[in-house]
Amino acid sequence: MNMVVCVKRVPDTAESEVHIDSSGKGIETGKLSFRMNDADNYAVEEAILIKEKIGGTVNVISIGDEKSDEQIRMALAKGGDEAVRITDPALEGSDGFALAKALAAAVKGMEYDLVLTGALADDDGCAVVGVALAELLGVPHAAYVKKVEVLEDGKRIKVGRELEGGLMEFLEMDLPAVLTIQTGINEPRYASFKGIKAAAKKEIAVKSVADLGLDPSEVGEAGSWAVLESFSYPVVGEKAEILEGDPAETAAKLAAILKEKGLV
Amino acid sequence: MKDIFVLMEHRRGELREVSLELLSGAAGLGGTVVAVLLGSGADDFAAKAAGLADKVLYVDDPMFENYNAEAYQKALSALIKEHGPGLVLMGHTGHGVDLAPALAVELGAPLVTDITGLEMDGDKPKPVRQYYGGKLDAHMVLKDADLYILTVREATFQAAEPSKSGEVVKVANPVSEDISYRKFVEYVEPEVGEVDITQSALLVGVGRGIREDKNLPLLEELASALGADLAASRAVVDAGWLPADRQVGISGKTVKPKLYLAVGISGAFQHVTGMKGSEFIVAINKDPDAPIFGIAQVGIVDDLLKVVPALTEKIKELKG
Repeated sequence: MNMVVCVKRVPDTAESEVHIDSSGKGIETGKLSFRMNDADNYAVEEAILIKEKIGGTVNVISIGDEKSDEQIRMALAKGGDEAVRITDPALEGSDGFALAKALAAAVKGMEYDLVLTGALADDDGCAVVGVALAELLGVPHAAYVKKVEVLEDGKRIKVGRELEGGLMEFLEMDLPAVLTIQTGINEPRYASFKGIKAAAKKEIAVKSVADLGLDPSEVGEAGSWAVLESFSYPVVGEKAEILEGDPAETAAKLAAILKEKGLV
Repeated sequence: MKDIFVLMEHRRGELREVSLELLSGAAGLGGTVVAVLLGSGADDFAAKAAGLADKVLYVDDPMFENYNAEAYQKALSALIKEHGPGLVLMGHTGHGVDLAPALAVELGAPLVTDITGLEMDGDKPKPVRQYYGGKLDAHMVLKDADLYILTVREATFQAAEPSKSGEVVKVANPVSEDISYRKFVEYVEPEVGEVDITQSALLVGVGRGIREDKNLPLLEELASALGADLAASRAVVDAGWLPADRQVGISGKTVKPKLYLAVGISGAFQHVTGMKGSEFIVAINKDPDAPIFGIAQVGIVDDLLKVVPALTEKIKELKG
């Protein structure tokens, strides 16, 4: 099974304050740490699990600057075989459609049975790239996949899609196909020391938009369906009454409120 | 203004609420609202849609008993080409996400997903969507086109009372090809666990903010002192720290306890959707701008590892 996994480097904002930068279209990243997009991490693991079970190759692709090598090398360290980084200033401002075009151009040059992406990105949360990529490649797809089983002939797969309320929708599809992988499908491993050392020596092929046979106008803002005009802070209704003091004081105040409400 | 197509979403014999929300929201945008129903023996859905639509296009074919992205895409693209709407709305759901990007690529129609607000500038939508788990709103500008597609977050619009009696037009299934390359198999219900959190009066919701599973006992002690059950955000379940039957949110359960104490939960909508109906919501989080403080009545902005043990002690004292 020849597999391609798409990974993205994203800022870790789940537990951090997010501030709009002076351009109004970006965020201040100085204090943020970066990591592999959560769902992509599960996609990498799923590809490696399939490779371990039935054999094959795992090709890693990422769009981003050289800092993305950190995430690419992590995927290689866990069991990825080869890697491509698509880097080009023309990609600035790309939406999911423009990114899918760049990925499709790269994937078309590879032998693949299965392409895996994350179900959605932690930064923009669009959930567009994987399904758009499938359409551009002209292959079937399934989104929000939380179970993958390669059927015996190796030409078809059975997948479970996670719907609202945790309901699973199972379907069978032909390969090649694109799946967008949902978090929780597996337990992503930690890279071994040996794997990290080996990955550090691997070559990451760096490709520009032109190398992929695309015109710069096909990506970036020009090649996107939509562009971000501005960010704003959400309008929050009535905000919570914030209890002031050190932990002992705030805990005492909260306990008193719960008691008053008859909850203790 | 051109027509607005609204895709009716149904599953296991039920028309999903988001379909009615979108019909209601579309009514305020200005164009003729056309409900598009791909179903099998779904006359009752057609009648329901007609109460909120100016017209219902209904394809009745066994192919559409269950959702299939490939069949839906082929049917919708044919209907869109024939009728020429200016806007297509569908839910940002497990179905919509699986369908919209491929349809948009095929038709060359600009798509914006998971929108939470919408205004129109003539025929052109001006959507708002969220970034960074709801910490920022993003104002999007779409490229000029004849057709736009939007997937809309559930509960963005309120479903109105039926006030129309749109004509139901049965149309022949435009899809004749074999689509066995993607075939629906079955639905499988999530497993039932030992605690049914939808029945719990008091819940301590545990989020990513606890950082490591070795901190979980702190929350267990707090829950035990309160007589509460533990609930979890998706991140905590994905990490395997608590079982899936404890998950609250879109992909998990909807709970309405007397107390929901959210600890280390930022308040992304995926979680909030499942607990915003709680009677009293308290949040402990170190990020003062975390969206959870927008729905909580009382909050503590601090390190949960310090606050939680102190709170457990205070509760124990009060209970004697």
